[in-house]
Amino acid sequence: MHLSPDAVVFWQSGFVKLNATIAYTWGLMAVLAIGSKLVTRKLATGLQRSRWQNLLEIIVSGINKQIEEVGMAEPGKYIGFVGTLFLFVATATLFTIVPGYEPPTGSLSTTAALAICVFVAVPLFGIEAGGLREYLKAYLQPTVIMLPFNIISELSRTLALAIRLFGNMMSGTLILAILLTITPFIFPIAMSALGLLTGMVQAYIFSILATVYIAAATQVRKPEPASGEKH
Amino acid sequence: MLIDWFTVGAQVVNFLILVWLLKRFLYRPILDAIDAREKRIASELADAAARMAEAAAMRDDFDRKSEAFEQQRATLLKQATDAAKAERHRLMDEARQAAEALSAKRMQALNDEVHSLSQAIARRAQHEVFGIARKALTGLASASLEERMVEVFIGRLRDLDGHARENFARALEAASGAALVRSAFDLPPAQQGAVQQALGEIFGQEVHVSFQTAPDLVSGIEVTASGQRVAWSIANYLTSLEKNLGELLKVQSIPEVNAEPELDNSKSATKRL
Repeated sequence: MHLSPDAVVFWQSGFVKLNATIAYTWGLMAVLAIGSKLVTRKLATGLQRSRWQNLLEIIVSGINKQIEEVGMAEPGKYIGFVGTLFLFVATATLFTIVPGYEPPTGSLSTTAALAICVFVAVPLFGIEAGGLREYLKAYLQPTVIMLPFNIISELSRTLALAIRLFGNMMSGTLILAILLTITPFIFPIAMSALGLLTGMVQAYIFSILATVYIAAATQVRKPEPASGEKH
Repeated sequence: MLIDWFTVGAQVVNFLILVWLLKRFLYRPILDAIDAREKRIASELADAAARMAEAAAMRDDFDRKSEAFEQQRATLLKQATDAAKAERHRLMDEARQAAEALSAKRMQALNDEVHSLSQAIARRAQHEVFGIARKALTGLASASLEERMVEVFIGRLRDLDGHARENFARALEAASGAALVRSAFDLPPAQQGAVQQALGEIFGQEVHVSFQTAPDLVSGIEVTASGQRVAWSIANYLTSLEKNLGELLKVQSIPEVNAEPELDNSKSATKRL
């Protein structure tokens, strides 16, 4: 019994090791990349297109729409990051229906890595949108006194991202494992379905929060439009 | 420890690689495909709109042309109708004129025919009457018709009433006794002498008579002196016959045929016997 797939080590050489988290991540990466490659190899621009292309178009345009709804003017610029967050977390959850599989998002190392990525990406997008000076100025808003609180907020939300996803995913797996020892029939299936649902919800929450953070970082610093044009 | 820092680093790298892979194989091609499709649909819609506009323009153009054609057709039809009407009137007038001309011509021809027919009838009648009279006279006496006519003429001269006789005597005097006797036939010398003698006896003066043959007198004889004339001919009878025939032919104005030539003299004292 282990809390994290980190504990399952296939190979180790000093600091470097190959555990289940990394191995399953590679597996997911391979599935996503090869699947995309296979489907997008023959894309049709006409009105007739394959089912798989339809599916991918629905997913991609859905993500695009979500980013737009948060308030990003150019969703194409952020879909690579936000979309990959969502797809990775969602796929990691989806594969829990495969016996013997453990989601890499059930490892705090993975969720921490994703949170760190968000933590780094938000200021990068912000600086790219408005410049370093403008980005740093945002920490002094509305007054200088708020600087420490802004920094604490930045750190705590990153921590929250990591812990929230990890807790949900790990609990799902753990509950399933525990239930299997108590009631091996039927009930674990219901819990597995519930786990799928929570996994999807967490994927949505994680990516939408990252989008909101990026939107906040990029849009606050944009010059306010003239008051007459406000709606 | 729940966090393995090597795994964290590895997952960060893995995630970045996954971002790159999905950008490369998923988002860009799919978004490009969607954009291409949207562009294509937009262009197709624009094309359809352009075609519709073109079709509307063509329809308008056609409507205009059709209307113009209808108007032109109506104008041409009206022109043709008017021309046909005018032509009909012209032809009708021409036909009427031609008919009138023909009718007048026919009337003229009829008149001419009647005229020539009446002339012929008159001539024939003259000859017939003359022939009958000659035959009758020949049968009645040994003398020829001319002799009898001269006798009759002399008899009539003798029977002239006083006023007429005086007038003629004055005329003879004015002409110094010269008189002209015209007859339809050559008078034999005996008759010429008889006429001359009779004139001398009747008017009591010497009369120098010159004789002339005038076939138009129609078996008649006349004596003229200084504009005065005494005549006898069977033309009188012929004239009455001609009148009767004219009435029969219902022709109002038949010119006198072989009537006595009227002398254009107001003092003429024509005496028909």
